[in-house]
Amino acid sequence: MAEGRVVGIDLGTTNSLVAYMQGEAPVVIPGVDGSNLVPSVVALDPMPAGGGRPTVTVGNSARKSLIETPERVIYSVKRLMGRGLQEVQSELKLFPFRLADDVEVGEVPRIQLGELRFTPSEISAYILRQLKRNAERFFSEPVTQAVITVPAYFNDAQRQATKDAGRMAGLEVLRLVNEPTAAALAYGLDRAKVGTIAVYDLGGGTFDISILKLRDGIFEVQSTNGDTHLGGDDIDNLLLAIALDEIHAEHGVDLRKHPSAVQGLRKDAIDAKIRLSTEAVARFDIELPNGDRYQREIPREVFEQLIEPVLERTAGPCKQALADAGLTPEQIDEVVLVGGSTRIPAVRKLVDDLFHLAARGKKPHIELNPDEVVALGAAVQADILAGSSKSTEEMLLLDVTPLSLGIEALGGTVARIIQRNSTIPASATEHFTTGVDGQTNVAIHVVQGERELAADCRSLARFDLKGIPPMSAGLPRIEVRFLIDADGILKVSAREQRSGKAARIEVKPTYGLTDEQVESMILDSFDHAEDDFAKRLLIEARNEAETILSAVERAPQSPAWQQLRGEEQGAITAARDRLAQIKQGEDAAAIRDATLALDQATRRFAELMMDAAVTTAIRGKTMENAGEEMGDAVTAPHPMAQAEFK
Amino acid sequence: MLKVLDSAVPVACWSCAVAHNDATLFCPHCSKIQPPPGGDYFSVFGLVPHLDLDLSELEHEFHRLSRKLHPDRFARAADNEKQWSLADTALLNDAYRTLREPIHRTEYLLKLHGAAIGEEHSGKDRKDPSRVPADLLEEVFELNMQLEEMRAARKMGETDAELQASLEQAKRKFDGLMDEVDHDLRAQWKAWDEGDAGARAAAQKAMVALLDRRRYLNNLVRDVTETLGA
Ligand SMILES: [Zn+2]
Repeated sequence: MAEGRVVGIDLGTTNSLVAYMQGEAPVVIPGVDGSNLVPSVVALDPMPAGGGRPTVTVGNSARKSLIETPERVIYSVKRLMGRGLQEVQSELKLFPFRLADDVEVGEVPRIQLGELRFTPSEISAYILRQLKRNAERFFSEPVTQAVITVPAYFNDAQRQATKDAGRMAGLEVLRLVNEPTAAALAYGLDRAKVGTIAVYDLGGGTFDISILKLRDGIFEVQSTNGDTHLGGDDIDNLLLAIALDEIHAEHGVDLRKHPSAVQGLRKDAIDAKIRLSTEAVARFDIELPNGDRYQREIPREVFEQLIEPVLERTAGPCKQALADAGLTPEQIDEVVLVGGSTRIPAVRKLVDDLFHLAARGKKPHIELNPDEVVALGAAVQADILAGSSKSTEEMLLLDVTPLSLGIEALGGTVARIIQRNSTIPASATEHFTTGVDGQTNVAIHVVQGERELAADCRSLARFDLKGIPPMSAGLPRIEVRFLIDADGILKVSAREQRSGKAARIEVKPTYGLTDEQVESMILDSFDHAEDDFAKRLLIEARNEAETILSAVERAPQSPAWQQLRGEEQGAITAARDRLAQIKQGEDAAAIRDATLALDQATRRFAELMMDAAVTTAIRGKTMENAGEEMGDAVTAPHPMAQAEFK
Repeated sequence: MLKVLDSAVPVACWSCAVAHNDATLFCPHCSKIQPPPGGDYFSVFGLVPHLDLDLSELEHEFHRLSRKLHPDRFARAADNEKQWSLADTALLNDAYRTLREPIHRTEYLLKLHGAAIGEEHSGKDRKDPSRVPADLLEEVFELNMQLEEMRAARKMGETDAELQASLEQAKRKFDGLMDEVDHDLRAQWKAWDEGDAGARAAAQKAMVALLDRRRYLNNLVRDVTETLGA
């Protein structure tokens, strides 16, 4: 196997990132637009006129379609990963997505997007493929192996669905790492090597709490807890519901019937939420289809009252995690905050109360960007797995399974065989026998969860042990070994001990795709071939070149152009001509270099244009209008602005 | 720490073919990882079965072995080594989880020596009067009455301060009895670890009885805690 790079991926509800270990420090790899965050939004372009499959776009460009063609866009798909039909249906009450009409109970639900249908894993695969491409573009070499993070409280089916997505995207998933643990790794790189830390991770759609003991480079998780249905999305939905209700009551307009209006309003709700983290009041000011205006002020106190029930739901898991670890709040040395929602002051206050921080003269750790810390940690874990670097050779992560594993016993009760918070890999061996003479099959129902009755737990799979030699009832002795691997995924094997015959097992995962289904969903596999890879790099390099060339083409019409000195204009023209010529060739790296050279030559020009735009805005116009007057180059991110090249 | 003598069955290393005993996780000759060894949880840590363990030494050994065995160290290894790393680490984790916890460790050792230890299932038999330790019969009868009363009062939304106080007192008493059992168990550990065959047999019998009593008390305390906290 090629010893290529291993990248770390944070496949988030709201945003996704890819990072790698640059020497001794993890670094996020920016996308083509220079941004570290790839919004976890996937859009289907219009159906091509000549037929065929429409193009799928991901990230910022997909986000633009949210308002225009909401029926062709999906976001927050992580909430649907590994979930059954009923759970998905209840999620969809809050999100404007449509299930495919022909979905049946027991199947993996598919989402209708335009004229096509996708499983949640496929949608996630498109996001992963985008991240893979960003990394390949950055390294100028193929990337085939990755570590992907998941919420610590993800169950078996959700983990499997994430692994499937990796495979569909052409990535070998070397490890699934729990998000809070990854965050601890990112912080642990340059931190005191002994202590007990709690990681409080409130993201877009999930909440995790993990408690870890650090000692000599070993990160040993003591306990974990959480809620895979709790996050910033819930806060957005609260604000959104208020606005929708008030608009309906006060203006007689039911926006719920207009998906694109709801999307617009959701964006306003998110903006308001973000503003309330730094300001005392936020405002809604929205023009309604009937010409009315909906205007509303939201003071921070009102906002905090509104979200209190949501935040309060994180307290229970924290207390349970402490109890499971056998620790009091005072025994927690450090608290690390992860996830965009931890920017909310009320969240920080709650964490302070839960862990008695201020009283002990302590503050939670927020030094690393809460949006990036998980990806950075994934990169550290990727480096550990690659096994090639000095900076991580002493580090090892010992994680736990978040939920107990059990078997349905007589009467529908659960016999627990692996307790929650057991260090993984973990295993258990159980013995089964037959109840009827000559019986050759035994059915076993495996569940995950803490409740007493199997019906209240999460059904993982039904195993059918087949090929038991016919014997008197009670005589066969079938040994079944349950093993939870380092990814937190269950593996089962069985053996009939009297005959020594390995019993055949037919695994029917309650919610999951078969191997064949995953195979059939693998995204265009041309990614693998070196040839095609080179071709793709060339196409991407040419696209980038064209973007900057067309921006420079319009430059002389801008007033800023006149402010340039003659030799500056000359340098731009020379770099432009050189790029235009090299672009015709086949050398992607040369095109890149020429693009970068033109970008550098136009840097002062871009600054002048920005100044002009700001001045215009101050004169009472909006930035947007100013942009229109000046041409796209002003407001569109300068295509090469933040990208780095090796 | 007590170390295992070289008494296990010899097998050949899959990689270098040099013979070694089957209780080892790594080939002493070429250091390659080996398939899961036979033997008990104690032998994973190179220990003979005994009860009075040094927990910090156990943790240290757990970390040392984890560094060498964990699947993270074999992410890019050949498939067979990957499989063995997974199986060996599962064994190491199972062993550590069992041995570091005093009650689990005692139960495990007694089972190794053929003792039948009552399984802790969802508590169906906990009301069985024949299982109530004789010295607690009266108190348990009284306690169960109070628990019923408390639950009934809770259902009606009433609070009975006197009953509450009485239950809390009972809980403290049973907690104290549990501590006594734990103390007695520790004494038997020493008797088992250091005694001859006869002393061991006696200690074994005493520990089985203590574990039964402890399980019973534990269920009682859990009942009271649940009822008080409901
Ligand atoms: Zn060898």
